[in-house]
Amino acid sequence: MEKIFIEISRYLMIVFMAVYTVQCFAVFRFGNEYDRKGIYLRQNFFMVMVHFLGFASLYAQKGDIRYFRAYLIQQIGILVILFAYRFIYPRANTLIINNMCMLVTIGLLILTRISYERAMRQFYIVMGAAAVTLVVPYIISRIRFFEKFKWLYVGVGLASLAAVLLFSAVINGSKINIHIASYTFQPSEYVKIVFVFAVASILARNHRLKDIVISAAIAAAHVMMLVLSKDLGSAIIFFVVYITMLYVASKNVLYLLLGILCGAAGSVAGYKLFSHVRVRVTAFLDPMGHISEEGYQIAQSLFAIGTGGWLGMGIGQGAPSTIPVVAADFIFSAICEEMGVVFGMCLVLLCLSCFVMFMNIALKFEDPFFKLVALGLSVAYIFQVFLTVGGVVKFIPLTGVTLPLVSYGGTSVVVTFCVFAIIQGLYISKGSDNHIPKSADFKTEKLDIMELE
Amino acid sequence: MIGLFRREKSDKERSRHHFDNNREISVITYAFIMLFIGMLIYLGIFTQFRAGTMINSNYNKRQTLLESRIIRGDILSRDGEVLATTMSDGEGGYYRSYPYRNTFAHIVGYSTHGVLGIESMENYTLLTCDGNIATRIRNDLAGVKNHGNNVLSTLDTKMQEAAYDAMDDRKGAVVAMDVTTGEILCVVSKPDFDPNEVIGRWDRLNEDSEDSPLLNRAFLGSYPPGSTFKIVTALEYLKEHDGNVSDYGFECKGSFEYKGSVINCFNEQSHGWINFDDSFAQSCNSSFANISSGLDRRRFASTINELMFNKPLPLPFKYSMAYFDISADSSTDDLLQTGIGQGRTLISPVHMLLITSAIANDGILMRPYVISSIENADGGTIRRTKQREYGRLIDEGYSKSLQKMMREVVVNGTGRRAFDTDGYKISGKTGSAEYSSNKSLSHAWFTGFASTDDHPQIAVTVIVEGGGSGGSVAVPVAKRVFDAYYGR
Repeated sequence: MEKIFIEISRYLMIVFMAVYTVQCFAVFRFGNEYDRKGIYLRQNFFMVMVHFLGFASLYAQKGDIRYFRAYLIQQIGILVILFAYRFIYPRANTLIINNMCMLVTIGLLILTRISYERAMRQFYIVMGAAAVTLVVPYIISRIRFFEKFKWLYVGVGLASLAAVLLFSAVINGSKINIHIASYTFQPSEYVKIVFVFAVASILARNHRLKDIVISAAIAAAHVMMLVLSKDLGSAIIFFVVYITMLYVASKNVLYLLLGILCGAAGSVAGYKLFSHVRVRVTAFLDPMGHISEEGYQIAQSLFAIGTGGWLGMGIGQGAPSTIPVVAADFIFSAICEEMGVVFGMCLVLLCLSCFVMFMNIALKFEDPFFKLVALGLSVAYIFQVFLTVGGVVKFIPLTGVTLPLVSYGGTSVVVTFCVFAIIQGLYISKGSDNHIPKSADFKTEKLDIMELE
Repeated sequence: MIGLFRREKSDKERSRHHFDNNREISVITYAFIMLFIGMLIYLGIFTQFRAGTMINSNYNKRQTLLESRIIRGDILSRDGEVLATTMSDGEGGYYRSYPYRNTFAHIVGYSTHGVLGIESMENYTLLTCDGNIATRIRNDLAGVKNHGNNVLSTLDTKMQEAAYDAMDDRKGAVVAMDVTTGEILCVVSKPDFDPNEVIGRWDRLNEDSEDSPLLNRAFLGSYPPGSTFKIVTALEYLKEHDGNVSDYGFECKGSFEYKGSVINCFNEQSHGWINFDDSFAQSCNSSFANISSGLDRRRFASTINELMFNKPLPLPFKYSMAYFDISADSSTDDLLQTGIGQGRTLISPVHMLLITSAIANDGILMRPYVISSIENADGGTIRRTKQREYGRLIDEGYSKSLQKMMREVVVNGTGRRAFDTDGYKISGKTGSAEYSSNKSLSHAWFTGFASTDDHPQIAVTVIVEGGGSGGSVAVPVAKRVFDAYYGR
């Protein structure tokens, strides 16, 4: 009986996740939030069901009352976040709220399976982060002078990265964390937001050569410091964020091409200069040939995904503990192993739907500064998803970044909540009339990027 | 007028400023969507096509996990015989059974205490159920174990049994392959063990360093090649003389001395006046030392390298790499010793088989394989091994010359015991390789091929450790394997 239940849950979770994902894209068929209401409600149902079925399977296998308690606490917590947002910001974008909660749900579920203690720790961080960032949309939609602090952003960003470079301990060959008292945090995570604000404030209104050179120098300084800390994933994210922001601000495709060219040259230089870059490339090119050393991590990840297959082994039925750093960098492999590649693909598409919604908001936004901020944060988010998922499935070399809101890691959760909240703030303020100049061109603009039928 | 005009323009400019970069935002959005679609397609291709072979690694730690819910599939021979299967113990448990016991021990292997052989190569394939999805879900729901996939091997039970019986209780190895397809037909290594009893006898099997019964000598054995290496020396001589060897002649007095190095013929027999082909057929060490003394060291080394020495072999299983030591500044003694297959040269039986196969197939080596296809429990094919060329090892002309010379060995040379065959012809080269300071001890080698209508079909390599003369010990073993292939 138990076994039958576990098996049925396994298939149902995939079905519910798939339907949820389809609905993520179905919302783009409707122009306004009112028409999307039905979809949003159904999404909430599927989210609750995935969480419930996952925990019921775990509880059926472990028979430990702790899992039942964890289930209740987590479910209530997530629903509180959901309703708090909807109640405080009735005009907020519900797709973003739903997806945020869905990602947290999946993350907590797989983390509970991997380590009960870590999952609960993550849960409290999530609740704290959600509570703190709840004011962010209000601040963003009210305060208009963020643009004025460009040198403050630059200063804070560079100082934080310099602090990491100078004071951080080396873990796994790279310097990433700063310890203050008993807390550990990753400055490169929050500097991402500060950096986007810095570049946006420099390029928003002026893109003379002088401004471009200044912004490029600042971006280069950030990237160089990250490279020196051996935090390659973040370095690439900062770089990509900068060239996309420069391209959109300047509207000059040459800058994009120049940027890509610089990126290629930088990669080659990095490969020649740094042994840790070569290790990653070796592991990417032939993980099985170097399985006992360089290729070990990626091979274990591929074994997990490959053994799980399309439908997965079932939650609690696989061996995700054989994957190194499974709770953080390799969380996607664990999800594929136990919940199936279909589920994993849906998760990736869900992240993509967040991005498309973010970009829609950037598209509709009037103020060039906030438009660039929305763009930069969206790109930072989706590119990080690309790096982590692409890395663990061996589509690209591994860079060691987390899957936002799903992976274990405090700073990452707080910062991602913050990013979602900033975009939410922009979405809300976009609706206020003083910010949409009445212009004849405006109506003729095609606003939605994704217009599915 | 002017002011109005200007204002209009600046309005337009401002609106451009506000709206125009939406095109760039769309470009970026679509670029990322394309990137993600590419990544998902890659993940899909991996899951569907590549994962199955990739997960068959000893580094994948999921064997016991899968065994608890899947009935390990069967391993079958090319003629449909069951070589390994999973049996029910009648009390809800299962155990692995090997009906042919010791006969296929090394190549089929075992999965009961670690994994070896085909059991290891396709470990996760056997533990994966690629059957009908409806059946799978029905079994899952009913709490019944699914059947894993079955592995169809290229092994031939008749040849395997013939080789196994012919070796009797002598140490050594026999390995055979189809030279035109690359199918491995039989692999025997002695001493052997019963895979059904690996668990109970593990300590004894593993600690027996004298006999090393778990070692697959056909792939992992490293032996001095002895006179079988004269194939390589002869090839080099042919190459250096563009195939014109008819004016070669040598007066053999049972030994050869050159710059202080002395090479003796086997049993110090003197062969008298002999030409090139006779030197090969009689396996005259003195004549081959004479031939070697004139070889260009550098070209000789490159010929040996072309035959995959010091190089990975195109084999799907573990093997030991062949070794030789000849370079531009090798000593004369090294050159002569290498030329007759002694010296520091070492080779595995399967490597010798690949060289022989290439000669028999007019110079082209086919990629060897032992798994012909994977089927699900319902008999549907999951994947099939394609026959592929590895590449040309030897020029066609030299291959044909070597084929003729190897036929001469059987017709009136050291391999005469293989002459009397029924409806097919054997060609080959014998070897008696000294392996210790006691010159009277030698490994008996034979490597050769069989043909009908002048077209070679299969190659067989035999080594009997300490067996003595290749011609009298190894040749009869090979002949029984050839006979089994031709159904004699």
